[in-house]
Amino acid sequence: MNKTRIRVLVGKPGLDGHDRGAKVIARALRDAGMEVIYSGLHQTPEQLVEAAIQEDVDLIGVSVLSGAHMTIFPRIKELLKEQNAEDILLMGGGTIPEEDIVTLVEAGHAEALFTPGATTTEIVSWIRDRLEASKEVSV
Amino acid sequence: MSNNFLSWKANYDAKKERKGPFFTVSSVPIDPLYAPGHTAEIDYERDLGNPGEYPYTRGVRSNMYRGRLWTMRMFAGFATAKESNERYKFLLSQGQTGLSVAFDMPTIMGYDSDHPRAYGEVGRVGVAIDSLQDMETLFRDISLDKVSTSMTINAPASIIWSMYVVAAEKQGISANKLTGTIQNDILKEYIAQKSWIFPPDPSMRLITDIFKFSKEHVPKWNTISISGYHIREAGATALQELAFTLADGFAYVEAGVKAGLDVDDFAPRLSFFFNSHTDFFEEIAKYRAARRIWARHMKEKYGAKKEESLLMRFHTQTAGCSLTGPQPENNIVRTAYQAMAAVLGGTQSLHTNSMDEVLALPSEKAAQIALRTQQVLAYETGVVNTIDPLAGSYFMETLTNQMEEGAEEYFQKIDELGGVLGAIRENFFQQEIADAAYRYQKEIETNERIIVGINDFVNEGKDKIDLLKIDPEVELSQITRLKDLKQSRDNIRVQTTLSDLKEAAQGTDNLIPKIMDAVRAYATEGEMVAVLKEVFGEYREQAVF
Repeated sequence: MNKTRIRVLVGKPGLDGHDRGAKVIARALRDAGMEVIYSGLHQTPEQLVEAAIQEDVDLIGVSVLSGAHMTIFPRIKELLKEQNAEDILLMGGGTIPEEDIVTLVEAGHAEALFTPGATTTEIVSWIRDRLEASKEVSV
Repeated sequence: MSNNFLSWKANYDAKKERKGPFFTVSSVPIDPLYAPGHTAEIDYERDLGNPGEYPYTRGVRSNMYRGRLWTMRMFAGFATAKESNERYKFLLSQGQTGLSVAFDMPTIMGYDSDHPRAYGEVGRVGVAIDSLQDMETLFRDISLDKVSTSMTINAPASIIWSMYVVAAEKQGISANKLTGTIQNDILKEYIAQKSWIFPPDPSMRLITDIFKFSKEHVPKWNTISISGYHIREAGATALQELAFTLADGFAYVEAGVKAGLDVDDFAPRLSFFFNSHTDFFEEIAKYRAARRIWARHMKEKYGAKKEESLLMRFHTQTAGCSLTGPQPENNIVRTAYQAMAAVLGGTQSLHTNSMDEVLALPSEKAAQIALRTQQVLAYETGVVNTIDPLAGSYFMETLTNQMEEGAEEYFQKIDELGGVLGAIRENFFQQEIADAAYRYQKEIETNERIIVGINDFVNEGKDKIDLLKIDPEVELSQITRLKDLKQSRDNIRVQTTLSDLKEAAQGTDNLIPKIMDAVRAYATEGEMVAVLKEVFGEYREQAVF
């Protein structure tokens, strides 16, 4: 399949309602020409993976401010594997301490994690770099 | 404008102006100078009044901080009830004067710790409370008639508050001696913070049930803390925070009146909760305008007669969203300026954020520095010596007027959308906030707005500070305690009280006594929420970005 636009699912797993970051990112990615689906709040990892597969996205971006990042990222990766959807990349952001970022990324539980202070420009170019290397995309 | 002002203006315009921006943190442009012409229309008696006098622009008490300092109330709570209890006792021993309880997300959303949706979130962002047993542990050796307790709980506020009142009952303390606040503000949940359970109508009923029960039995309790804090954190401007919060306040007044209460029966127990961001003068103007708007509407529109009904009393928390991950120690400085704005704005109580809150729950050291920031403010800076010291400043009074005018324009728009609930259904607030949040982010990314350590004055390398870690064992031990409780309690009594609660929810009786009966039987929060969901249903939002 020759896709022309990057498709992203912006997801809010967990029980907290801090959706400012998720919404700002969703809008910035849309402004950058990507197709963005926003999951809405209070999603389980199962719901996010199901939506990602159904919507045929290239990437899931999740925002976690509840402190549950050490369980949420590994769980999403595990579900993607179970569903043979490992080609879908996983990135995230939120209140995640530096050492947890290192642990999660080194263990392959996420491709990239951004902390508060990361710019949307930075995130957009990271996505483009990763996806343009692997497929035909024009945005 | 006078000739004198115009000649200054000509001089100013002839000179070079440094590249700005000269706008507030809410993107409101600020003039280079304010002069008598800006405030010529102000009538002291009508628009300001002395402190403790209508319209209370200068403060709600005649003596303000010369009578009593604000309450230094640090929000804390994590892991289990036992560990939080130890932190509270530590904070009280350090000179803190009120308690403020943070709950974990499962408690906030009405799930017990053993619910599948609670997985990974037990005790993470606050304390896990499943039943009366946890509440008793939370306040062990703290006499509940000696402290005032603020609880940040909204959708299940009726249940958690009932647990608190019953925990006091078990200490032998009667409900009419209890002082404190429950947040209990569901409207701002739909608007900004998004921790809802039930749809709006039954949620408003639970709130008015609390108003009624409190009036009879817990008269010193602040039954709601109408909150702008979360609206601001979600990205709103100072003006939006002010206008949306007051609109919510008026909606609660209207709900109380509609439920058959006299406005003066419950309005004195309404309290507010605002954010304090880094733009010093804008924040102070916001608090001054808030008091004036509230007093004017309560008196003129809602016909309140008691003076206490006109007083906007509020808690303030410094802005979590202003803190930066890089160079976290700089957050101490931001918080100190924000705290000073709150005090110059006449707050009744204050939480100062810890420098590490952008990365984790506060460590003990970071929490202590935050409390010390307030103590330095109170005892060393001298800002408490005179009341409302900025009154009469051309700039301050102009900003205060602009805040009031802007808020009135928003009230009109909200009315046109069918009031607060109508505006929520239309996604009005949600879209306004999302737009403001996006604009702010863009201003930073285009370097139009400078945030120290983020887009300028950046340090190479990582800044490391020690962070609080929550042991993953917390979740398992909490679940074990819950299992033990479910085996040891009288389960027949639990079932009876739960079915009584369900039956009452289907009718119109006050639900609080039924909830308290279930609490006394050690029914869990999740069990009570589940029966209420069967009757009330659950809320879902259409998300906009």
